[in-house]
Amino acid sequence: MRTLKFLLQKEFRQIFRDPSILRIIFVMPIMQLLVLPWAADYEIKNIKLAVVDLDRSEYSRQLVNKISSSGYFQLADYSASYQQSLKGIEKDESDIILQIPASFAKDLVKENEAKLFMALNAINGVKANLGGAYLRSIIQQFNQQVRTEWIQFPRFSPETTIETTSSNWFNPLMNYKYFMVPGILVILLTMVGANLAAINIVKEKEIGTIEQINVTPIPKHIFILGKLIPFWVIGLVVLSIGLIIARLAYGIVPLGSFSTIYVFAALFLLAVLGLGLLVSTYAHNQQQAMLISFFLMMIFILLGGLYTSIDSMPEWAKWITRFNPVSYFIEVMRMVVLKGSTLADIKNHLLIMGAFALVLNGWAVMNYRKRS
Amino acid sequence: MKQFLAFVKKEFFHIWRDKRTMFILLGMPVVQIVIFGFALTNEVKNSKIAILDPSKDAASTSLIAEIEASRYFDIEKSIYSYKEIESAFRSGNIKLAIVFPNDFNQSLLHLNKATVQLIADASDPNVANTLTNYASAIIMDYQGRITHDRKLPYTITTEMRMLYNPQLKGAFNFVPGVMAMVLLLVCTMMTAITIVKEKEMGTMEIMLVSPMKPIMIVIAKAIPYLVLSIVNIASILLLSVYALEMPINGSLLLLVFESILFTLVSLSLGLLISSGAASQQTAMFISLVALFLPTVMLSGFMFPVENMPLPLRIISQLVPAHWYYIIVKAVMIKGLGLESIWKETLVLTGMMLFFLTLAIKKFKIRLA
Repeated sequence: MRTLKFLLQKEFRQIFRDPSILRIIFVMPIMQLLVLPWAADYEIKNIKLAVVDLDRSEYSRQLVNKISSSGYFQLADYSASYQQSLKGIEKDESDIILQIPASFAKDLVKENEAKLFMALNAINGVKANLGGAYLRSIIQQFNQQVRTEWIQFPRFSPETTIETTSSNWFNPLMNYKYFMVPGILVILLTMVGANLAAINIVKEKEIGTIEQINVTPIPKHIFILGKLIPFWVIGLVVLSIGLIIARLAYGIVPLGSFSTIYVFAALFLLAVLGLGLLVSTYAHNQQQAMLISFFLMMIFILLGGLYTSIDSMPEWAKWITRFNPVSYFIEVMRMVVLKGSTLADIKNHLLIMGAFALVLNGWAVMNYRKRS
Repeated sequence: MKQFLAFVKKEFFHIWRDKRTMFILLGMPVVQIVIFGFALTNEVKNSKIAILDPSKDAASTSLIAEIEASRYFDIEKSIYSYKEIESAFRSGNIKLAIVFPNDFNQSLLHLNKATVQLIADASDPNVANTLTNYASAIIMDYQGRITHDRKLPYTITTEMRMLYNPQLKGAFNFVPGVMAMVLLLVCTMMTAITIVKEKEMGTMEIMLVSPMKPIMIVIAKAIPYLVLSIVNIASILLLSVYALEMPINGSLLLLVFESILFTLVSLSLGLLISSGAASQQTAMFISLVALFLPTVMLSGFMFPVENMPLPLRIISQLVPAHWYYIIVKAVMIKGLGLESIWKETLVLTGMMLFFLTLAIKKFKIRLA
């Protein structure tokens, strides 16, 4: 026990005497947490619309007015021909072209049927799909308006309609920050923890100070514990700072209890740090350690379900996410913060994370060799 | 010139003799492109939903069959009470619940009107929105089908054409972004520690007492990594075309040229970090922790830049990947030539010169 105390003293001094590392540990996560959530907004709005109005009738003007006053669309371009408006799509100046053919109003009134033509930049397929759907529903409303102008409908509509009402639970204001901030906090915590741990032992190898430790009677697991505990404490401090920022800057108060978050975070940090130390015992120099841990980190983060939903991934990728500690933590954070889940709700997550922590740290201890 | 070549050779040996690192540097982009290219998509499909249908009549059953047939939804289970919905949401099992009224078919037949309720788990607002839209569209289609026989007067029909990506594949949006991200991070990381490593090991002194100019020392460090990067560009392009089935509609030569320009920007950025940092640890942290998230979030492939608040839109202009992403989309998918992307090319060139000059300026020839 006394050995551990001295080891901890050494590790803490090493960290606190390097101001540049301290700055990275504390300042960088805070800055990113303050800035990045503002960028995360998937909502499809401000779709840039180019109109090619070959009809120039009262109806076509009404339609364009209706579209531009809907709030979803921005009238970006009014061109004389389709060819010309296509240039706007190439330059990303417009997203959708709406072409109103020359005989639109005439066809509508005389032939009972008129056609509109829409061309969408579909490189971002989801955006195109939703944008097209919005535009179609506005056109449909306009259509209804025209009909009521011409026909007197009876009081009970003869048209069969299925009404849909939708409600959004857990986040009724659809505030994207409630969703992103807890996730980004998890990622920052992971990056700081895993990378620090990954280069730590290997740094001692590279500088040569590991020799001194290897000739002491310190048992292997005490040595690993001595490396683990300081980063574990730092990780929990970073988490606390992050939660305070979430509260002050974004007004996010977890529905569930803080103790649930901390219990899970404590286990999670053990797992992630264990992974970092494991990488460290395998690598020969800092560059390798950093590259490997970064490689793993990117996979963990991008397949963690923060940016894109795990449900939409192919089967093999879903399988990877089952071995991804980050995806469990992101899920737990969201459950606790937004849905108020309790320890009982996240029982399975806790068990899995405990297993990760045990396996990774055990492996790291086994793989650390005192002989070269 | 001979001295310069000797320096380049020395750097090259540094890389060549550390086989493990070299293997990582060449293998990492390959694995990443494949994993992220396939797995990252903003499409929402196979979402688990629950259906509460107390009416269980002909109309509701056929509508449910249609929902089940769509690739967007997987019906997880039928629930039997309103209360169960909440617990299903809380345990994270379902993303959407569709609630039918007690007398769906009856109201449709007699009142010509029935209401279906959609309840979404909006803790992810994007998925909630998309699923609600998809479900409403299916219901609308169904409604259209049962009223099909009666043709209404004064009908406006809309014809839609999806340009560039008629199948609406998610890869078209994400692969160019993944390419930008992987190239930037790997290339920056490569050079970020080269200078600082020599400082840390003490070998820098030897370099400084040589008659080489600082600018030459810095450039000599970058050249072997440029060669590695070109190999990476080749493997990334090959994979995106043959494995991820991306088209190259524009000129391949232009695409390669722009990619090399982009790696030069990244290598210069790495050199700048390296000459400013005090230890390898700091250099690596800056090149990873500080570059990774901003690149992912501000380059435009995850989140549309036009939705961001003004300060972030300005910051996103400073992210090199943002410009490369535009270029790749223009050349690979839209098939445009240099005349449409000269502005972006100029910006990248300017960034490269800026980083490189700053790196050389910061490179100290005196020992502290």
